[in-house]
Amino acid sequence: MPVQYSGALQEHLAVRKAVGVFDVSHMGEIEVRGEDALPFLQRVTCNDVSRLGDQQAQYSALLYPQGTFVDDILIYRFARNHFLICVNAANREKDYDWMLKHRSGSVSVEDTSDRYVQLAIQGPRAADVLQQLTPLQLSTIKNYRFAVGPVCDVECIVSRTGYTGEDGFELYLPPSAAEKIWRALFEAGKEVGIQAAGLAARNTLRLEVRYPLYGNDIDETTTPLEAGLGWIVKLSKEEDFIGRQALESQKSEGVRKQLAGFEMVDSGIARDGYRVFFDSCETVVTSGSYSPSLERAIGLVYLPPERAVPGEEIAVEIRGRKRQARVVETPFYKK
Amino acid sequence: MNVPDDLFYTEDHEWVMVEGDTATIGITDYAQEELGDVVFVELPEVGDAFTAKDSFGSVESVKAVSEIYAPVSGEVVEVNESLTDAPETVNEDPYGEGWMIRLKLENSAELDNLMSADDYKEFLKEEVG
Repeated sequence: MPVQYSGALQEHLAVRKAVGVFDVSHMGEIEVRGEDALPFLQRVTCNDVSRLGDQQAQYSALLYPQGTFVDDILIYRFARNHFLICVNAANREKDYDWMLKHRSGSVSVEDTSDRYVQLAIQGPRAADVLQQLTPLQLSTIKNYRFAVGPVCDVECIVSRTGYTGEDGFELYLPPSAAEKIWRALFEAGKEVGIQAAGLAARNTLRLEVRYPLYGNDIDETTTPLEAGLGWIVKLSKEEDFIGRQALESQKSEGVRKQLAGFEMVDSGIARDGYRVFFDSCETVVTSGSYSPSLERAIGLVYLPPERAVPGEEIAVEIRGRKRQARVVETPFYKK
Repeated sequence: MNVPDDLFYTEDHEWVMVEGDTATIGITDYAQEELGDVVFVELPEVGDAFTAKDSFGSVESVKAVSEIYAPVSGEVVEVNESLTDAPETVNEDPYGEGWMIRLKLENSAELDNLMSADDYKEFLKEEVG
């Protein structure tokens, strides 16, 4: 996926107003099968996998014993003994090795990334466009559910999930059908102004709705509780899971840092890695960019809980000068 | 790639138009294309003075920030305020409405250090291939 095709702003706005298509084939897919697949996944992930029915998906995470992220993932359940895990490209090997290492019982773990091309069709018109190419009734595929069926006569996984905050689908398809389906999407979407969207738009879209990016906002030094992802941690689930104890302690003691959203008050765009100052402390912007939908510079940063409150003022150093910024509510963009 | 003949150019992809002792400065078509959609332009104030090669501001797109360097020395006599509300003008008309600042030339001999349109075209060929 390139940084942009026709222009980052245009692509971003196309996804918010109509429909855009991302080639996200770089993402990894790991298949978990076997009688003990469910207990295994319960043990290595923090969300409650038992809540999934067939053809349902769940956002979750693989955690280290200290409760920090190995990776954030999406789990798809095909059947009680068959799951597909979608993982970040950069973490594919790491996740695979981690899962293999923690396998026990009758479970097989297979990296099947090469079997799939993944296309994300996102935007209010995504369903209209995709419906033209499939007999699957898309209106019956609700949010975080998926179906397996033909798209352009090729069997695909069609999942109502995405990374943009818009309605949309992620298609998992065999590489041999990629070009055909890509072209068909653009033909079907011509009338509504379908656009190919690249990395820049992908980043600004997800940032506006406060979806974290591994490596920036979450990593092996942060926990889901610190990242504002406590909702994917099900301490109440029966099974013990890796990281549980650490998270229970953190929950009772309280987190020492919290991922907060901010917007620039002074002029300038705060970017990833820029220094942030508050009181006599210093940290960095984890993700920062210009927001095309809000026409403002926004970003995320870890702050102590008492400072992570809307209205709190911080300073961001941009090209040698400290400039005012302010903590705001997130998500930054709401439909 | 648009490279007007009547302008001077720098290796950092700025252009200079000279009228008497005033130099109008902006970034080239090549630069705006490389940057992508410009969303923010930071410019100096009237009265600020710069020596050749000083950074006088920056141009930001969604994905990148680029400093802009003074091709020649001088004092800022005019700033294109319209770029605050319409930064995309830099993409749409880099040599016209997308101009950034006007400097009162301190030393016209410095113009000899700049490239002609032909030199810049050559430079682009080597740089880009």
